[in-house]
Parts: sequence; structure tokens; C-alpha cells
Amino acid sequence: MSASRKLLLVSGLALAVWGMGYGLWYALFAEHQALDQMGASLANAFARAAERRMPEAHAALEAFAQTQFNYVRQVDVHSHWTGLAMLLIVFGAIFDRVGFDERKRFYLATILVVGAVSFPLGVVLQTANRGPIPKALAVLGSALVILALAAVALGFARGNAAERRSPPGEVNRA
Amino acid sequence: MSTPNAIRRNAGAFAPLGPARLFSLGGITLIIGGMVFGDVFAVFVLHQNAGRIGQHLLAATQAVAAGDVGSVLAHFTSIGGFLENRGTKVDTHVHILDFGYLALLLALVQPYVALSASAKKLLAQIFLLGAVLLPVSVFLIHYVGLAYSPLRAIGWASIFADFGGLLVIVACVGELAGLWRYLRGPRPALAAEELRQDRSWPARVLLTGGTLLVLLGFLHGAYYAAANLYQHEARDTALLRAMMEDAAGNNLAAATQAVNAYGGLQGEKAVKIAAHAHIIEFGLLAILLAFVQRFVFLSERWKRRWVLVLLLGSVVLPVFVLLELRWGLVAGGIADMGGLLVVVSLSGMLVGVLRHTGRLDAGREAEP
Repeated sequence: MSASRKLLLVSGLALAVWGMGYGLWYALFAEHQALDQMGASLANAFARAAERRMPEAHAALEAFAQTQFNYVRQVDVHSHWTGLAMLLIVFGAIFDRVGFDERKRFYLATILVVGAVSFPLGVVLQTANRGPIPKALAVLGSALVILALAAVALGFARGNAAERRSPPGEVNRA
Repeated sequence: MSTPNAIRRNAGAFAPLGPARLFSLGGITLIIGGMVFGDVFAVFVLHQNAGRIGQHLLAATQAVAAGDVGSVLAHFTSIGGFLENRGTKVDTHVHILDFGYLALLLALVQPYVALSASAKKLLAQIFLLGAVLLPVSVFLIHYVGLAYSPLRAIGWASIFADFGGLLVIVACVGELAGLWRYLRGPRPALAAEELRQDRSWPARVLLTGGTLLVLLGFLHGAYYAAANLYQHEARDTALLRAMMEDAAGNNLAAATQAVNAYGGLQGEKAVKIAAHAHIIEFGLLAILLAFVQRFVFLSERWKRRWVLVLLLGSVVLPVFVLLELRWGLVAGGIADMGGLLVVVSLSGMLVGVLRHTGRLDAGREAEP
């Protein structure tokens, strides 16, 4: 098995376990509490507004927005880590069909793995820090995944073209 | 159609009730189940539920204007129930599908998992048990609630759902350990190498089409994150504030306008996220099905038809989900038809895989 495939398969399965473990931890220890807090904050905001206690209503609405901001990102992180892990595994099974030499394939695999880890990491770090660094990490990670994916699509197209030209077994040896 | 030689070569990797067969059949069945559930949910629950949430939000703003705190809290309790109903059904749909994809992936890596046949089969059974237990339990959360629960915030259905998730994680850790043993130990020649080299027209089209769908989904997701995500969050809070303040100022017309705009915003968010998620998932599904084509025992013409139907449905559903913002329920209906095309195509392929397994088993029984 080539080094690029090994990297993708092992990283993909490890990331799948990590992403699902994160989801399990979140469901057990944080999700119900977050949903309860969101519901309570919003209801409290409107109830205080009904009493015409507007500063308290605004504070409760702010608490709702803050909890919702974190909740959306926590759920996104779980689904993106798990989804990207599946993509790594599936590419790990067929990466030899990407029509580049192994050195380039390994670089591509590394970029995919780094992007798949760092993009959701940047998203979840925004729950702790609203500054530019987590956002930049998320943008960089997603850009890495998109660039690598475009290169993989191009590689598949090259691989398919090479397969049509060459007899079986002669592909991807360049 | 697979040749008799190819079928014989695949026989070892696709033994009766072996892990590869359990994962493949289980995976396709989970995906079909998840998609049918999603279609039923979209047609019979989603829009009706959103309408009820809107009605209660409007009633809550009227209660704010009237200064009726009890009524405000009662309406928000109802809204919480509707949101839980929607959320648990979305989670059920997403988890069934994702476990289906993961099962197909694990079927693919079985030749590289260096564990005994019985251990691999046990891991497959544990995975499938968890993959069914989690979504079924998540579905039941809304109906079971906290009845007889020993915990304050988590009911029995959630506990079983979490246990299902744990089973899936345990199975994946086992598969990872088996893969690690394979990479560290002597590596036998694998029949699976041939599987990866399937160069048939259906496999190539699914592979290329699937990668392009995933890429499109990523580009759409990046655009959504850059252009819409933060703007939507800001508008969300601003509209809620407007509802609250207008109602408290007895300006019910403006509050009603804010409620309607809030409903529109929730719809916009939902369709954009759904389009992003569906196009990527269908891309992944297409790539995965490229590997399964060798096990689809149908004529070449029918294999090509199912591939085209799948790719057509994979484009129609997310595109028309997005168009719901402009065309409303008409686009929603067409999107549901796209989902149905994918389900029909998958069912056709599942029939082909079942025919393949039947042929393998019949061949084994005929051997002296």
C-alpha cells in the first residue's frame, strides 16, 4: 500500500473515531444543557419584555445569541470532522487512481489531512475566542481542503484518461 | 455484468454473512432507509412544523404586547416542543445516512483489516447494531421525553442513542486497530486491489461525478460561510430584538412583520445548509457506489441507467432545495422527486447486489 493511501486511511479512521467521540461527548455532557439554556434564555427575554423590563430582556436575548453561536459551531464541528473523515477513507481506498506520481499524491494527501483537521478545529475554537486567529484557521483549513479536492478531481480525470490510453496495470506509474 | 471468473475471485471477500457483505448490504439498506425517512419528513413534517412555530411565535409577541407573561412562557414551551420534534428528526435522517456511508466505507477497507474472520464479523454486527440503535433512539427522544429517567436532563431514549453511538465508536476503534495490524505486519496479496481497479463505465462515471459533486458542495459551503453565516446570525438576533421591542411598544404590525421576516430567515438558512449537506453526501455516495458496481449483478445497460438516475437525482435535489427560496413548494416537490430518484436507483443497485450474493451462494452450494 502506498504511503499516501496509508496516510489517508489511518488518518481518516482516526478522525472518524475522534469526530464521533466528540459528538458522543457533546450529546452526553453539553447538548441538552445548551438546548435548555437557549430555550430558557429566549423565553426569559420575551417574558421580561412582557413585563416591560427591557434591559433584562436584552441581556437574556444576548445570552440566547451567545449560546446559539456556540451550539451551531459545536454541531458543525461534529458533522464536518466525521464527514471529512469519510472523505479521507474513501480517497485512501482509491488514491492510486489519482493520475500524479506518488510524491505529489503524498503531498496532496497531507494537505487533505491537515485541512480536514484544522478547518473544524478553527470553527470550534471560535466558541472560546471570537478573534481573528480561529477564523483564519477555519478559512485556511477549508481552503486547503478545497484546493486539494480540486487537485484530486483533476488527478482522477488524468487517471481516467491514462487508463483509457494504457493497458491495465500500466497506470499511475509515472 | 460481472464475469464468472470475477465473481469467483470476489467470493472470498464477499462470504455469506461475512463482514464485507454485512457492511455492504447494511450500508445500502441504511442509506435507502435514511433517504425514505428524509423524504417522508420533508413532505409531512418539515413545513407544517415550521408553520406551527411561526404561529406560536406570533402569539408570543401578541402576549408580550398584552403583558401576559404566563401566555408568553406557554407559547415558548410549545415552540421548544416543535423545535425538538424537528431537530430529532433531522438528526435521525443525518445519522442513518452517515452510518450507511460509513458502513460502505468499512466494507471497502475489510481486506486491510488484519483480524480474525470472527472478530471482523463481530465488529460488523456491533457497528450495525449501533447504527440502527442510535437513529431509532434519537427519533424516539421527542416521544419518550424524560419519562422514568434517572437523570434530570437526559431521557432513556437519549441514553440508548448515546449507547448506540458508543457501539459504533467501539466498532470503528476495532477496525482502526485491525488496519494498524495490517500496516505493521506481513501484507498478503489482496483481491481488493482488483476492486479498486474497476474501470467499467459506471464506476468511472460515479467516481468522477461524485468527486465533482463533493467539490461543488465544498465551494457552496465556503461561499455560505463567507457570505451568509455571520450575516444570518446577526439578522437572527436583530429580528428577535425587533419582535420583542415592537411588541413591548404595542406596535403589533411591526412585530408581525419581524415574525414573518424571522420565518423567512429560518427557511433561507435551512435550505442553504440542506443543499450544502446533500450535495456533498450524494457525492460521497456516488464515489462509494463506484466500488460496489463490481458486485451489482445486472446487465451493463441497467447498471448505466441506475448510475445516471442516481447522478440526476443527486443534482436535482440540492439545486431545487436552493430554488425553494424563489419557487416555494413547487421547487420543494421537485427536490423530493430528486430524492426519490436516488432512492429508486439505490434500490435497483441493492437488487443487483442481492442477485450477486445469491449467485455466489448458489455457486458455493454447487461445488463438490
